[in-house]
Amino acid sequence: MAEEVVLLDFWPSMFGVRVRIVLAEKGIEYEYREEDLRNKSSLLLQMNPVHKKIPVLIHKGKPVCESSIIVQYIDEVWHDKAPLLPSDPYQRAQASAWSKIENAFVWIFFVFDELDFNPPRRIWSTKGEEQEAAKKEFIEVLKVLEEQLKDKPFFGGETLGYVDVCLIGYYCWFYAYETFGNFSIEAECPQIIAWAKRCMQKESVSKTLPDVKKVFGFVQEVRKKFGVD
Amino acid sequence: MAEEVKLYGMWASPYSRRVELALKLKGIPYEYIEEDLFNKSPSLLKYNPVHKKIPVLVHNGKPIAESLVILEYIDETWKNNPILPRDSHERAMARFWARFIDEKILPSVRKANNCEGKEREVVMEEVCEQMKILEKELNGKDFFGGDSIRFVDIVGNVLALWFQVAQELHGIEVCTPENFPVFEALTIKESEWEKAVEEACKQLKMLGSQLKRES
Repeated sequence: MAEEVVLLDFWPSMFGVRVRIVLAEKGIEYEYREEDLRNKSSLLLQMNPVHKKIPVLIHKGKPVCESSIIVQYIDEVWHDKAPLLPSDPYQRAQASAWSKIENAFVWIFFVFDELDFNPPRRIWSTKGEEQEAAKKEFIEVLKVLEEQLKDKPFFGGETLGYVDVCLIGYYCWFYAYETFGNFSIEAECPQIIAWAKRCMQKESVSKTLPDVKKVFGFVQEVRKKFGVD
Repeated sequence: MAEEVKLYGMWASPYSRRVELALKLKGIPYEYIEEDLFNKSPSLLKYNPVHKKIPVLVHNGKPIAESLVILEYIDETWKNNPILPRDSHERAMARFWARFIDEKILPSVRKANNCEGKEREVVMEEVCEQMKILEKELNGKDFFGGDSIRFVDIVGNVLALWFQVAQELHGIEVCTPENFPVFEALTIKESEWEKAVEEACKQLKMLGSQLKRES
């Protein structure tokens, strides 16, 4: 039964990546369409007129926008395959609440679905004090996550869950952060790196996450463009 | 087994208020605990150690934080008078509009209240634009939920009063902060605390009578 599923996306997007991972986990076939964010397609503008952002999932002609909403939607519609969110309402609420911790990341990481970014404090786009402050904030958030993870292999328990899928997309950006920020994430947060490597052992993650060097190259280009180098 | 539902909230907080709306719509009895945000109770700090914020719902001793998460939890646990639609795509749209209100409109409102003069005018224009988008989605219906109050209505209750003003603004180039007194209530300045809370109460009571249409 082929259902028409189309994903409008941009390859390095950590928001798009989580949708791609969920689709892979559930074995859902879909058409991937790469968007040029400086020249957005008329389909994207039609499907997400309010924000004009990726990712957008189009299922049977109807759009679903915002990556975490898309992930929940996919989990509900294809609920029989590899469920991400727990069925218990309380556990589900905990997972939803924890995934929001990534809002703390958004200010540190590059939100690149708008290429004309206005950097507040970002690890790889600033220097000096600003950069140090961003690094510190970032490590603090990772430490909170480590505490939450404790002895579990994944945030979802024994298998990948909602929080894992929401956060793992940032992992392929770590190399760029470490290089431009001149620090080692593993030294500060070894549990997080261990967790990320466990996620990478899942095919749905390893085959979906963009190559680390490719992301690095992308970041380099953006830095040059904005004269950070 | 008796259900024990407690809500740690704050009067003037739209986030806390929306949880109360949901509990009332579903007829769920609960104990309300008013928090002094300048002097948070040990219980609040115990139930929400990471963010230390209200609202927190405690159901049979288990805490849930984040107002949108709480709303969904309530809907899943007490199935009467559903707040979210059953259709998956419609649910996704309800969540989308709730996020639009929380992540676009409310921060713009706060920004408007924290700046002055020309800067405020610019931000207010942004708010009006966003309100227009929301109005377009409402499309002449009584409620976003159609014939009754549902998820997006609950989330957006703080905006209910602004719609009337926004309608008056169609065709007018610049909207003024004087037309949006509820902005003052949203920013709690210590010296104006009582005035702000009083104003918020007044406006929420007005909303309450609008809601009585539904029941």
